[in-house]
Amino acid sequence: MEHRVVITGIGIYSCLGENLSEVKDSLYKGRSGIIFDAPRKEMGFRSALTGMVKDPDLKPFLNRRQRMGMHQPAMYAYMATKEAVENAGLDIDQLSQSETGVIFGNDSTAGSIMETVDKLRKKNDTTLIGSGAIFQNMNCTVNMNISTIFKLKGINFTVSAACASGSHSIGLGHLLIKQGLQERVICGGAQEINGTAMGSFDGLSVFSTLEDTPTKASRPFDRDRDGLIPGGGAATLVLESYESAVKRGAPILGEILGYGFSSNGDHLSNPNLDGQHRSLNMSLKQANIKASEIDYVSAHATSTPVGDSIEAQAIYDILGSKVAVSSTKSMTGHECWMAGASEVVYSMLMMENDFIAPNINFENPDEISAKINIIAETKEQKIDTFLSNSFGFGGTNSSLIIKKIK
Amino acid sequence: MASRDEIVSTVKEFLSEEFEVDKSTMEPEANLQETLDLDSLDYVDLVVVIEENFGFKVAGEDFVDVVTFNDFYALVEKKLAEK
Repeated sequence: MEHRVVITGIGIYSCLGENLSEVKDSLYKGRSGIIFDAPRKEMGFRSALTGMVKDPDLKPFLNRRQRMGMHQPAMYAYMATKEAVENAGLDIDQLSQSETGVIFGNDSTAGSIMETVDKLRKKNDTTLIGSGAIFQNMNCTVNMNISTIFKLKGINFTVSAACASGSHSIGLGHLLIKQGLQERVICGGAQEINGTAMGSFDGLSVFSTLEDTPTKASRPFDRDRDGLIPGGGAATLVLESYESAVKRGAPILGEILGYGFSSNGDHLSNPNLDGQHRSLNMSLKQANIKASEIDYVSAHATSTPVGDSIEAQAIYDILGSKVAVSSTKSMTGHECWMAGASEVVYSMLMMENDFIAPNINFENPDEISAKINIIAETKEQKIDTFLSNSFGFGGTNSSLIIKKIK
Repeated sequence: MASRDEIVSTVKEFLSEEFEVDKSTMEPEANLQETLDLDSLDYVDLVVVIEENFGFKVAGEDFVDVVTFNDFYALVEKKLAEK
């Protein structure tokens, strides 16, 4: 028997705000979280633009041992997960006594690894690195920390799929619940914010250099876009079976109707129209709905010249010219491993509050982006069903379709 | 070489900061492991803070006879004398 999969809790820690309320406000007002981070220039960055979040103070919530294995990805993920769990009306006792797992998207721990290597080179003694480093350095750091803190007894692993990690985590959690293998799965994505993590990305010369105007620099789909801007933080969603949600009287924020995915089997970094077509088509097929039933598309568009054009073409080909489209990366920058989860959370906030967040800085279309309906100003509009795209390096694609339950 | 009082003061200070335990609980004959709530991972961090504060590294076997805080102060005294 297949189960319906619903979202009962969401949480967010991003450059748009440190909780759902702040983030909703930023989305509605079209407020950018992009800054110029001067230390990156000293590190040799071509562009010092970034979304920025501060490291949260976890002392009020977690004891020393719980904090020791956490660096930025896990710290941000804890904040988002704490909010999502509370939002879902759950506590640690309930989680520990139920079939609840965690699948989180994360694809780097560069900041903690650099600190570890620095200590090792300085001390020439592995013990003097300390006990926390190994748990901070492993790519599954978020899962290790979240599962032990929240005492989860179900599935427990990390999804590393570049900039589609967060989206695939939701898709996989959804499949496990749909198949009856889990009652509830905590899903999400985390992205560290530190120069060490992004230096090699900046080295590809794909970041925007509009450093004099940070909030204008991320311009997805705009004719004058010149590159992406990194961002970060974490986003969490509590997925569970419809039966479980109804049984415990949980708030049902939306239902996951479809998860489409594909691999380009092509270039390491270049996007591929056919791969995106297949991901979009699969999500529609899984959802068993027509393209015309999609009210809003949360685009992956990162503000790169080639990537945005390919996606605009894919949206036009599969979903047509009328559906409302925006990329919240215009405000957040590219939240990479977190983006697929955070953009679902952003869209959930829009769906809950009847508006479409603007694709800020979209001033002039190019030949291809002119074919689709890009929302440049905040629009009051009911959303019943949305689609969220995520495309990553290595040609990994994911598309999720989520519907409001009335 | 540091006096016992200086060692006690320094040790209480860094143990309190590292393990987030009130200094007033660190009675001389109190059990070190229980008072600081140390697990196997915490002993690694104990080695780290000792090295940071006194400049020498203790090995796991050095802790075998350390039960109380007084035992710990004695270990520090011994290691400092050997430096």
